[in-house]
Amino acid sequence: MADLPPPVQGPTAKEKKYDRQLRLWGATGQMALENAHILLVNSGPGVVGLETLKNLVLPGVGQFTIQDSAVVSEADLGVSFFVEEEDLGRFRAEATCNRLKELNPDVQGHFVAEPVESFLTQPDSLKPYTLILVAAPIRPDILSKLSAHADASLVPLFYFHSVGFYSHFSIHLPPAYPIVETHPDIETTSDLRLLKPWKELADFAADKTKGLDAMAAEDHGHVPYIALLLHYIEEWKQSRDGKPPSSYKDKTTFRDEVIAKAARTNNAEGGEENFDEAVAAVLKSLNPPEPNGAVKDIFKTKECLALSADSASFWVIAHAIGQFYTKHGVLPVPGSVPDMKARSADYIQLQNVYKSKARKDVEEVVESVRSLERSLNRSTPIEEKDIEAFCKNAAHIKLVRGRPFHVVQAGETIKWGDRAKSIAQTLTFPGSLIPLYIAFLAWDEFAATHDKDALGGAPKVAGEGDSEVDTDNEKVTGIALKTLNDLVKEASASIEENELSTIKEQTGEFAQELVRAGGAELHNISSLTGGLISQEIIKVITEQYIPVDNTCIFDGVKSKTEVLRV
Amino acid sequence: MVDQVSEICGSMEGLTLRRRKYLDKFLTREGPFTDPDSFMPGEPVIESLSRTKVLVIGAGGLGCEILKNLALSGFKDIHVIDMDTIDVSNLNRQFLFRHADVGKYKAEVAAKFVEKRVKGVKITPYCGKIQDKDEEYYMQFALIVCGLDSIEARRWINAMLVGMVDESNPDSMKPMVDGGTEGFKGQARVILPSMTSCFECQLDMHAPRAAVPLCTLATIPRQPQHCIEWAHIIAWEEERKEITLDTDDPEHITWLYQKALKRAHEFNIPGVTYSMTQGVVKNIIPAIASTNAIIAAAVCNEAFKIATNTNPFLGFPGTNNYMMYTGDDSIYTYTFEHEKKPDCPVCSTDAVARPLTVDGNSTLQDFLDSLAERPEAQLKKPAIRTEAKSLYYQFPPGLEEQTRPNLAKKLSELVENGEEVAITDPAFPLQFKYKLIFK
Ligand SMILES: [Zn+2]
Repeated sequence: MADLPPPVQGPTAKEKKYDRQLRLWGATGQMALENAHILLVNSGPGVVGLETLKNLVLPGVGQFTIQDSAVVSEADLGVSFFVEEEDLGRFRAEATCNRLKELNPDVQGHFVAEPVESFLTQPDSLKPYTLILVAAPIRPDILSKLSAHADASLVPLFYFHSVGFYSHFSIHLPPAYPIVETHPDIETTSDLRLLKPWKELADFAADKTKGLDAMAAEDHGHVPYIALLLHYIEEWKQSRDGKPPSSYKDKTTFRDEVIAKAARTNNAEGGEENFDEAVAAVLKSLNPPEPNGAVKDIFKTKECLALSADSASFWVIAHAIGQFYTKHGVLPVPGSVPDMKARSADYIQLQNVYKSKARKDVEEVVESVRSLERSLNRSTPIEEKDIEAFCKNAAHIKLVRGRPFHVVQAGETIKWGDRAKSIAQTLTFPGSLIPLYIAFLAWDEFAATHDKDALGGAPKVAGEGDSEVDTDNEKVTGIALKTLNDLVKEASASIEENELSTIKEQTGEFAQELVRAGGAELHNISSLTGGLISQEIIKVITEQYIPVDNTCIFDGVKSKTEVLRV
Repeated sequence: MVDQVSEICGSMEGLTLRRRKYLDKFLTREGPFTDPDSFMPGEPVIESLSRTKVLVIGAGGLGCEILKNLALSGFKDIHVIDMDTIDVSNLNRQFLFRHADVGKYKAEVAAKFVEKRVKGVKITPYCGKIQDKDEEYYMQFALIVCGLDSIEARRWINAMLVGMVDESNPDSMKPMVDGGTEGFKGQARVILPSMTSCFECQLDMHAPRAAVPLCTLATIPRQPQHCIEWAHIIAWEEERKEITLDTDDPEHITWLYQKALKRAHEFNIPGVTYSMTQGVVKNIIPAIASTNAIIAAAVCNEAFKIATNTNPFLGFPGTNNYMMYTGDDSIYTYTFEHEKKPDCPVCSTDAVARPLTVDGNSTLQDFLDSLAERPEAQLKKPAIRTEAKSLYYQFPPGLEEQTRPNLAKKLSELVENGEEVAITDPAFPLQFKYKLIFK
């Protein structure tokens, strides 16, 4: 080995600027972000959408476009950070686009000031965008059009409200939205195969624990805990018909009577760190390496079983790993080893035992993938690094089944479909925010049936004028209670009378607080909601972490969120 | 009639009125949850909100958001404290700063920017430490909003605010609203000093990270981080003792990186990178705009509710005062009441000594070192005394010298079994009491 390390490649200017986020989503996530083009269809006070874009422009999203036909007013100056006095009377789309662009010279911003109705009639008007955001209020026919576009072109669609102290957003993702890099908690991810060691691992343990009882103190205290556990499991098996400790009682006996008692205490510390680590690892590491149900379900989906030449590479790899699982009864070894008390050389040797097994498993999966590619006549081979990443995280992959959210149409009953039963059940949980979701649906229905100028133009929202608050309150509460009844009916749920009256009362209070706002956004609530939405957009674009499925409600009176699937 | 309208529209009053269009819906209308005894809709609340003097501590990731949020929530008199200058790695989230501002004071640039953008708001910056200011300074505010990344600073301001409470003067109780973030996680909380659980009561929510033992660094490194820590703690001391390590100096980081890389090669350890070196040495916590926006807004929403009573706020004694947020796996919040600790060294009026089991054979030095890692203490430069004598003091130098020999002595030589000791730290105005029981 050369004496001097290679010359330093210091970070680039871009790496310096984005350092704090690259530590979360890495260079591949950043590249995905830079290739995105987000469309915001804005309306109302319009703050949520701008706050969302702020949090995407700062980390360097590729492009954004704001569609907004409003003109900057005094009211905007009181609630929005991305307009200034000199913008008064200008198109809000242009003004806000320019102010947002100032945040990051790497980002391109565009604007469309024509009304959304005519914008959408142009052919291919939505084609450039990789993700679409829609602010409430919006006419139902427009929202339906955007929802149909999301369905047909698989472009993720976000729809959101920020009304006074409350907010909501729903995400319409493609019907199959798989994620490989879910970033699970490090604590829960080590898969050490202690109950199913392969030959090299068993050999390593046997070698490191040879003559364990007679070892010098210094050696005894440095045997890696993985070797200790494998050694004592072997001993245990010999006196129990070859069965490892498997029940909870077995494991605690194994931990307290075998491992803890094998530690030497006749030293200055009164114990041994490696034995302490072994004791701590018993309950979480002595589990059969069985993948969870959600992962096994992925292997059984139609997309995974019926591959075609243009299946997404996720499905081809998933199919190959499914074959691996059928053959071996386990997933590929992920290959990482937690840090532990050990001598450097022993630890590195152990790391290599895991790494070479992981590499061997990857090779087997790569071979299956290549053979699938040949039989499917696929033109471009899947990159090996993608297969490797999949194998490493196979136990934690996730499939989100995206679906359309509710588009409230004037006079039509809301349908809950296969979600009715589960939603009606959650409704009765104390503190559930489903009544608030229902109040938002009622708020939408009000907007769908009231126009600002009686010409079918912009919708009018509940509670705008002081003199209308009481009548609007009655209307929105009435719609909300009807929606609630329809849900209970559709679910054929039997809810106790006094429980139901509590839920009705809550629904009425939420409706009343929404009407109080009269369509006003509070900057704090819009900023918080913009934070939530931008976070979800980053997850969706980078295909990392796990997005909301599919609706999130925020209650700014109680400061809490709830996620539900509608 | 028309004339009257145009007159109002043209006046300054009409202007503010139109700007407040949205805010006024809440300042003038009652809602289903407003408390008729505390919410005074219309002129009274509008007037009191505009006169509420609020202090923002921190003008970084959270602070930029907080200043924007408060300015657009109707607060007119805002002060901000921050001692830091702008670094290029701040630009991915601290949106009040531009490339040309790198090197300038955060508090000053942030204040100027928000004042220019939101007309009618006065923001007074102070570029320095919170410790520079005294009780009289903090007494002028109605509300303190914290967006800090340091535990030490929060402990200091918390102890200051609890200490200021004078039961005969209700104005001496300054509500403190605090936010913190790390990657996709964060928390927002409201503290009513002396009435509800204080920051010190909640210290164990921020358990310190276990340090890697020195012998691992020195003899048996296994991870790339161990090699970096070795370069940082051991190699620098041995080879560049005369130079003070500046973690912002690229030459210094490069030196550490190369040292760590060389050591990693010797032990066959893969994975040392420049970015990791920087991360370990500067203890970098990942930070993004979205989490900052969420937490800062949750904090300002509470500040707004406290100042206006437009809806119930977190922190009313006996109700929820703490919101935990996690955003990496879907979105999850847990909002609960963190209860006051009866033995809190800051806010408990008659803190009794907590029993603490110790090894009588360990030295005083070992004991003091262990205080840094105890979740409820986390003291770095503790001083310790019994009722009868001083066991060890860091300051002044004379006393340090005099008490230093005690560090090597066994605890059993210095205190009786069951004796009480009091521990202080020059960084915090507080005192811990332990009753030492030998095992
Ligand atoms: Zn306390």
